Amino acid sequence: MTEELHDVRLSVNGTTYDTRVPARRLLSDALRHDLGLTGTHVGCEHGVCGACTILVDGEPMRSCLMFAVSAVDHELTTVEGLTNEDGSLSPVQQAFSECHGLQCGFCTPGFLTTITAGLRDNPTPTHEEARDMIAGNLCRCTGYQNIVKAVERAAELVELAELVETPAPEAGR
Amino acid sequence: MKPAPFEYRRPGTIAEAVTALAGGTDSKVLAGGQSLVPLLSMRLAAPALLVDINAIPGLDTIEVEGEDGGVRVGALARHAAVLASPDVHRVQPLVPMALAHVAHATIRNRGTTVGSLVHADAAAEMPAVLALLGGSVEVEGPAGGRTIPADELFVGPLESSLAHDEIALSAYFPALAPGAGVAFDEIARRHGDYALVGAAALVDGDEVRVGYLSVADVPTVVDLSGVAEEELGDAALTHLEPGDDIHATAEYRAQLVRVLTTRVVRSAREHAQQSREGRR
Ligand SMILES: Cc1cc2nc3c(=O)[nH]c(=O)nc-3n(C[C@H](O)[C@H](O)[C@H](O)COP(=O)(O)OP(=O)(O)OC[C@H]3O[C@@H](n4cnc5c(N)ncnc54)[C@H](O)[C@@H]3O)c2cc1C
Ligand code: FES
Ligand code: FES
Repeated sequence: MTEELHDVRLSVNGTTYDTRVPARRLLSDALRHDLGLTGTHVGCEHGVCGACTILVDGEPMRSCLMFAVSAVDHELTTVEGLTNEDGSLSPVQQAFSECHGLQCGFCTPGFLTTITAGLRDNPTPTHEEARDMIAGNLCRCTGYQNIVKAVERAAELVELAELVETPAPEAGR
Repeated sequence: MKPAPFEYRRPGTIAEAVTALAGGTDSKVLAGGQSLVPLLSMRLAAPALLVDINAIPGLDTIEVEGEDGGVRVGALARHAAVLASPDVHRVQPLVPMALAHVAHATIRNRGTTVGSLVHADAAAEMPAVLALLGGSVEVEGPAGGRTIPADELFVGPLESSLAHDEIALSAYFPALAPGAGVAFDEIARRHGDYALVGAAALVDGDEVRVGYLSVADVPTVVDLSGVAEEELGDAALTHLEPGDDIHATAEYRAQLVRVLTTRVVRSAREHAQQSREGRR
């Protein structure tokens, strides 16, 4: 049986990619295999672990529970798209580094995307809200304590950045 | 594992979607995909055709309407949007109370409330809520539209009474009557997981009804009007036969029914009290 292929145009991290895939290609696989964006990780492939979480029009979603053919009308952001424009680490990435928010790093891309959107919607989470923000993602290494710390540290970093919001340097926005 | 090959259509109108489904019997509607894609990936389902309704405009609405001013939720309204809607909170607070227990925020960003109803999982929150409130689902098929009341919608485990070529357009949740109260609670191993048992209560004057999830093959509503508070749990169990599975024994489920029934009826009474006081 020859399988029907679909021309799919995906917009990922501000770049447009044209690819040709069968309808059953999971978005997570399209990102990794067809576009070579291997930052997005695949753990369980049925929505439970959160490793594959990307931002779809800014909202965290499981890329293993979407088909590439359904992602055409959307703006996708993967972990590769989270760094600042000058290539430096975003507040959430910086906080993970400072707080040892990862060990093996397998779950990290999903945490980074989820928390980036979470802090945008709630920049000053309480401890409970910080825990809640990551409740849908699984990590087999860290025991979560340092990840929760990283959420709180990232919130601090965002706040600090806003406090020192002086005229932007050339490389800035 | 990966899904088996399927044909894919992404129609721009409801009429085109109905036409696409009308051919074979081996087709499925794709809404949020949060239940369907895992089933496809695990090859528990392998339909020949998927009709993706996400490109159809006008299906993501959430509107207050009807003679009793209930709320109508379109087929592409995501759980997250329904949960965040001030109209839904005001008109029927049981909907957000229960939605807060549906999966995790990330799943709610994509999954639809109507999809959850049509998927008819007896362990899911929204079917039990629709059944308790006496809501309905509006569907469209080759023969035209029809309204399926909740008590005719859920026919078996993961089985709703939609024909294979019918698309659900919206669900209608009746409003909370003035002075009435509602409550929702469930016991899950981890917040966001499917509940071992869940219960939703509606108290309106002397009328007391409780809807259960994860207790039978279909969401089940029990009338507990006139039952003394200390007998609520046992009274509920005379109408229910909780089963065994890998998650919980029948005996444990029965205990959860007792505990949750008392708890939700009590909080629904408190809620009714508050809503009466709020009106004074
Ligand atoms: C990790 C995880 C945890 C979850 N936990 C919970 C939970 O605790 N409680 C809970 O209730 N749910 C839970 N869900 C399921 C989630 O709520 C689903 O999104 C929802 O049940 C189905 O909605 P959907 O839009 O994703 O439907 P889809 O997955 O797209 O479809 C599900 C089924 O309904 C049919 N269908 C969908 N929409 C229509 C329509 N408009 N017309 C006709 N047929 C249609 C499809 O053909 C398919 O058979 C969980 C999911 C995941 C991945
Ligand atoms: S790989 Fe997508 S949630 Fe686990
Ligand atoms: S750091 Fe290893 S799984 Fe989270």
